[in-house]
Amino acid sequence: MNPIRKFDLTAIAGCALLFAVLQGLMFGGLIGPFWELNIILICINIILSVSLNLINGYTGQFSIGHAGFMAVGAYTSAIITVKLGLPYELALIVGTVAAGILGFLIGLPTLRLNGDYLAIATLGLGEIIRICILNIDYVGGASGLMGIPRLTTFAYVFWIMIFVIFFIKNFKNSAPGRCCLAIRENEIAADTMGINTTKYKVMAFTLGASFAGTAGALFSHYFFLAHPASFTFMRSFDILTMVVLGGLGSMTGAITGAVLLTFISAYLSDYPEWRMIIYSITLIVLMLRRPQGLFGSVELSREMFRLGGKKDGRAAEGK
Amino acid sequence: MKRGTKLLSLLTAGMLFAALSTGCGGSDSGASDKTVKVGGLLEMTGGSASFGISSKNGIDLAFKDINAKGGVLGGKQLALVVADTKSEASEATNGMQKLISQDKVVAVIGPNQSSAVIAASAINNGAKVPGITPMGTNPDITVNPADGKTRAYNFRACFIDPFQGTVMASFAYDDLAVRKAAVLIDNTSDYSKGLAKFFTENFTKKGGSVVVEEAFLQKDTDFKSTLTKIKVANPDFIYIPGYYQEVGLIIKQARELGIDVPIAGGDGWDSAKLPEIAGKAALNDTYFSSLYSSDDASDINKKFVEEYQKAYNSKPDVFAALAYDSALLVAKAIEDAKSAEPAKIAEAMSKISGFKGVSGDVVFDEQHNPIKSAVIIEYVDGVQTFKTKVNP
Repeated sequence: MNPIRKFDLTAIAGCALLFAVLQGLMFGGLIGPFWELNIILICINIILSVSLNLINGYTGQFSIGHAGFMAVGAYTSAIITVKLGLPYELALIVGTVAAGILGFLIGLPTLRLNGDYLAIATLGLGEIIRICILNIDYVGGASGLMGIPRLTTFAYVFWIMIFVIFFIKNFKNSAPGRCCLAIRENEIAADTMGINTTKYKVMAFTLGASFAGTAGALFSHYFFLAHPASFTFMRSFDILTMVVLGGLGSMTGAITGAVLLTFISAYLSDYPEWRMIIYSITLIVLMLRRPQGLFGSVELSREMFRLGGKKDGRAAEGK
Repeated sequence: MKRGTKLLSLLTAGMLFAALSTGCGGSDSGASDKTVKVGGLLEMTGGSASFGISSKNGIDLAFKDINAKGGVLGGKQLALVVADTKSEASEATNGMQKLISQDKVVAVIGPNQSSAVIAASAINNGAKVPGITPMGTNPDITVNPADGKTRAYNFRACFIDPFQGTVMASFAYDDLAVRKAAVLIDNTSDYSKGLAKFFTENFTKKGGSVVVEEAFLQKDTDFKSTLTKIKVANPDFIYIPGYYQEVGLIIKQARELGIDVPIAGGDGWDSAKLPEIAGKAALNDTYFSSLYSSDDASDINKKFVEEYQKAYNSKPDVFAALAYDSALLVAKAIEDAKSAEPAKIAEAMSKISGFKGVSGDVVFDEQHNPIKSAVIIEYVDGVQTFKTKVNP
């Protein structure tokens, strides 16, 4: 069997085991409702950070409008379940697709920009989405869409997260994924080599946006409401922080960043006055000591587990 | 570099493990022998941090008073456990979950933002822990719009917006002794429509009549034609439940047209900008209803304002006052229930009677909204002056 596929299977088995253990602890009451909530929040944040990593880390486009796509997913899925009374599975799909379509439409014109300009454009777009929602009375306007049932369970969120992680991992290893990496390394060179850069940039952007929509749908169906204040640019920055902290361009990093920051936030909830200060200091120290993020662009891989094995066990891919 | 990575991963893993293990571990009950834990789910950071910080000051002061007098249930001290909502609804849900399942509080005070209260209400209702919001005014907080039933474990210390209309009608009819009212509604705001509806209802019930009803839109600047129509109808009182921006212009133009009858409105008037827009002289003989005034002359309020100033060096705002009342309500409910069991506290809270707070006396109706007095504030030469307290 292909070694990559073998590693994937092992990893999925590991995930299944992790799932069984966590779910068991939840049933057994060893993980209380508070930590259950935070574990679900971690899973949602992982979906967000991994999908943003696809845009920012792999394709090298600096997008900071992720919360906007999350809002689209949250609201459209809530309309499906609350206003139309249709099943949750459909809501998840519609939320994903809606955010994806919007990502495509927005991506086409804005991805002509690069660097700082793209960042500003996406920041603005995220805010535009939020302000639009704020003014649509059908979805509750400024007071938010209330009365959403809690349909997100740990099983849903966990397996969707695993799906997204594997999807993006496989995407990166596919031909379009390689094109994205080439664009990140040098857009002009990639263009010269015959890569349709616009196509692949929009593709990565659309995929990232649609997964953000999925995360939004899971989010609104766990926290009972979709509220414009939940999707401000601060949320986008939170997600960006997770990606950058973990290491831009490393999925392992994005996951670690999401886990770490959600835990820090939950831990510090006893000290609300200090939370932001400690949070910021953690970030500053980390950025000073490891400006490339926790993982740099390194991925956790099979070789890393082989203790005392090959000398350079890292998947060499970096810049 | 490689060692560094591994070390960091190890460190991370260690931290996560530690987090999990503490998460699963210890759980001391909210009501031990010596203390009763009450949660404060407040906006400590974020855009509405001023609400939460004022509220926390109010609760701290109330608990200090109660504990100094010997606490509750024969000597148990009240302890406040604060969780931050970051001024955001999903964080409020998170905080509510933490207070209830980790800290095992017996009741929760807060949050103040309506959306946050509604989001978190699913958690505290599921866990059967009473929650009281000092300033959440949305009607859906205590009544679930899906089935029209009262949420058994949600209460509020403030009255809901439309109630101000009822109160103002009583004040106009009884205190100002007017009989013919004109109502001027901001058609873009539910707040305004609600107040106007309840005003009209109560005013006509009392025996007055609404002789003319006109509407305007937010951002309008010229009200002369509307006001001329009102002048022709010759009312002896005008009710304008709007926001200060338009209200200021309306009052200014009304006085210019020679309409010199009393004008009144709701707490949308409460802004330092109003005297600037309308002009100090034009504002004489105008009134608005509000939840609380620190100038309220009741003994309990005087004592509260004095203590608050001593402790925090500023006058208490409405958030501090209502949080103070919420804390007293929780304490009284615990005493009435003779128990620190959350479900019993909720039951006692719904039946509370004889409660005197700094913002007025409180009993709860069947929808867990307080039936309480409102304060009427008068503008005297552009300065807000406490006029009277009105019972519905």
